[in-house]
Amino acid sequence: MRTTGRQLLLITILGWGVALLLFFPIFWMVLTSFKSEVAAIEVPPRLLFTPTLESYAEVQARADYLHFALNSVIVSVGGTVLALALGIPAAYAMAFHPTRRTRSTLLWMLSTKMLPSVGVLVPIYLLFRTFGLLDSRAGLVVIYALMNLPIVVWMLFTFFKEVPGEILEAGRMDGARTGAEFWHLLLPLTVPGIASTGLLSLILCWNEAFWSLNLTSSEAAPLTAFIASFSSPQGLFFAKLSAASTVAVAPILVFGWLSQRQLVRGLTFGAVK
Amino acid sequence: MATLELRDIRKSYVAHEVIKGVNLDVADRDFVVFVGPSGCGKSTLLRMIAGLEEITSGELLIDGKRVNEVGPADRGLAMVFQSYALYPHMTVRQNMGFALRMAGIAKAERERKVAEAARILQLEPYLDRRPKELSGGQRQRVAIGRAIVRNPRIFLFDEPLSNLDASLRGQMRIELARLHQELDATMVYVTHDQVEAMTLASKIVVLQAGKVEQIGSPLELYHHPANLFVAGFIGSPRMNFLEARILGADGGGVRVALRSGAEIVVPAAMGGAQAGGTATLGIRPESLRPDPEGPIAGEVRLAERLGGLTLLHVTLAGGEPLVVQIEGGDRTGAREPIRLAVDGAACHIFDESGQALPALERHPLAA
Repeated sequence: MRTTGRQLLLITILGWGVALLLFFPIFWMVLTSFKSEVAAIEVPPRLLFTPTLESYAEVQARADYLHFALNSVIVSVGGTVLALALGIPAAYAMAFHPTRRTRSTLLWMLSTKMLPSVGVLVPIYLLFRTFGLLDSRAGLVVIYALMNLPIVVWMLFTFFKEVPGEILEAGRMDGARTGAEFWHLLLPLTVPGIASTGLLSLILCWNEAFWSLNLTSSEAAPLTAFIASFSSPQGLFFAKLSAASTVAVAPILVFGWLSQRQLVRGLTFGAVK
Repeated sequence: MATLELRDIRKSYVAHEVIKGVNLDVADRDFVVFVGPSGCGKSTLLRMIAGLEEITSGELLIDGKRVNEVGPADRGLAMVFQSYALYPHMTVRQNMGFALRMAGIAKAERERKVAEAARILQLEPYLDRRPKELSGGQRQRVAIGRAIVRNPRIFLFDEPLSNLDASLRGQMRIELARLHQELDATMVYVTHDQVEAMTLASKIVVLQAGKVEQIGSPLELYHHPANLFVAGFIGSPRMNFLEARILGADGGGVRVALRSGAEIVVPAAMGGAQAGGTATLGIRPESLRPDPEGPIAGEVRLAERLGGLTLLHVTLAGGEPLVVQIEGGDRTGAREPIRLAVDGAACHIFDESGQALPALERHPLAA
């Protein structure tokens, strides 16, 4: 199909429209974070104002940002590494040694994502309490890994499926055992896929709020809990809340920006061939 | 020294048997070709020898030792795949040296062996390229080179030439034959192309639906096909089959009558066939020749002129089609009546069950 100039214009406008719509709340949040509390609730809101850093200063004075950020990094990376460590062998087995039930197993794994998290909150909470995992980074790492495991396995399975079986068979004929086959053949061939799976998992972990709010209080609390702590006690202070949110999402925004090519390639992989 | 023995090898998937008891002896330095239509199980059989498919029952022996339970990495065999299956992230040099690296061979020794294989295959200028920078023929040679460097006990080839264009295929066929001589190696080769089978094999195994139809040298299969299937599969253009009635046998052989009434004596024994029974007469296109006195009459429908040869597509008086191969210089053309003579000694009779009646004498080249 040839796209005419008119159609191209329409698509461009539509694209920009959707992008602005999605970007606007973030833009507004960042803007608000530089306002004073009074200016933040002004109606109608003003686009031009004297920027101030007072909200940021107050946020930092009330809570140690770095403590939360460090927790976020630890639990996100930990959860992702654990999910990959469990997901890679699982996906390998399902992609290269499938049985009649492999497809159903995959679907079943994915179906666990359809269960609302709150449905298993009480049993998980009790388990965590029994094993002393409440408000611990280790506990969050475990829950994040489990939370992302279905998606990780599914994505890796798709990437592994793209590797021609004959290449691995050739490796076996060449004397490679399972370990060597993985390190010398499968891994180099699927690094882009594993990387984008890891990236997605990192982002999902970083943005996760439900479990972090319910299972941590202070010691292990990541940035999502940090944001939440600004929403309650003395009513809503929009400028401070915006400042807290901005510093919480900034690292992952930058990270996503830097890795967007890898991420998009990974997510659309196999869709178009 | 490498020999291979298959003892009643079977393979089934759930309740479906795809290899139905194959027995085969491959001697040292044999070039055995598995040939058959697609889906006959020839690739599965090769993969079972390689260790890539499990053997459901039967025994596989390499150099007299049972290897059913030995993994592909430890059987000491090398395989060339239809898709070449080169490692896309490695250079030609790394591709060829991979097996040696896996075997823990020192770098200097590895380099020497890769260089040697590259010399044999004329791949020296390409050693530092990646597979995607090579042409189909070059990739094919790298795949073969990867097998050569290991100095394997047996080479396995799974339709290695089917992805090449016709002229390159002919060239690679000659190279493979040369390689077989040069390396003194035992080779097992799978193809659906009977020309490849005829030109390369020292021994052909014709497979159909998971069963061996016949095992023999190329000329043995050509001159003494065991049954209709082999007769139809080996030889190009294909053997003609005509309906016939067995009249009887004497010292000269078996006398049959065609539908048109023409009688032909074939030097064969009656075997299990009965006088008066129906049979199939097999005549190769190259054993027929135009002859005004010949017993077979028909009309030329089409003349395919290939230059050196001409193929006449003839319809017999009874409506049966017949292909005749004649000299390219012959002027016979379409829509002309034709009479054909045939050498009975070059004909084959198949009984009602499709089995060939035993020939009285073996062809001198098909000992």
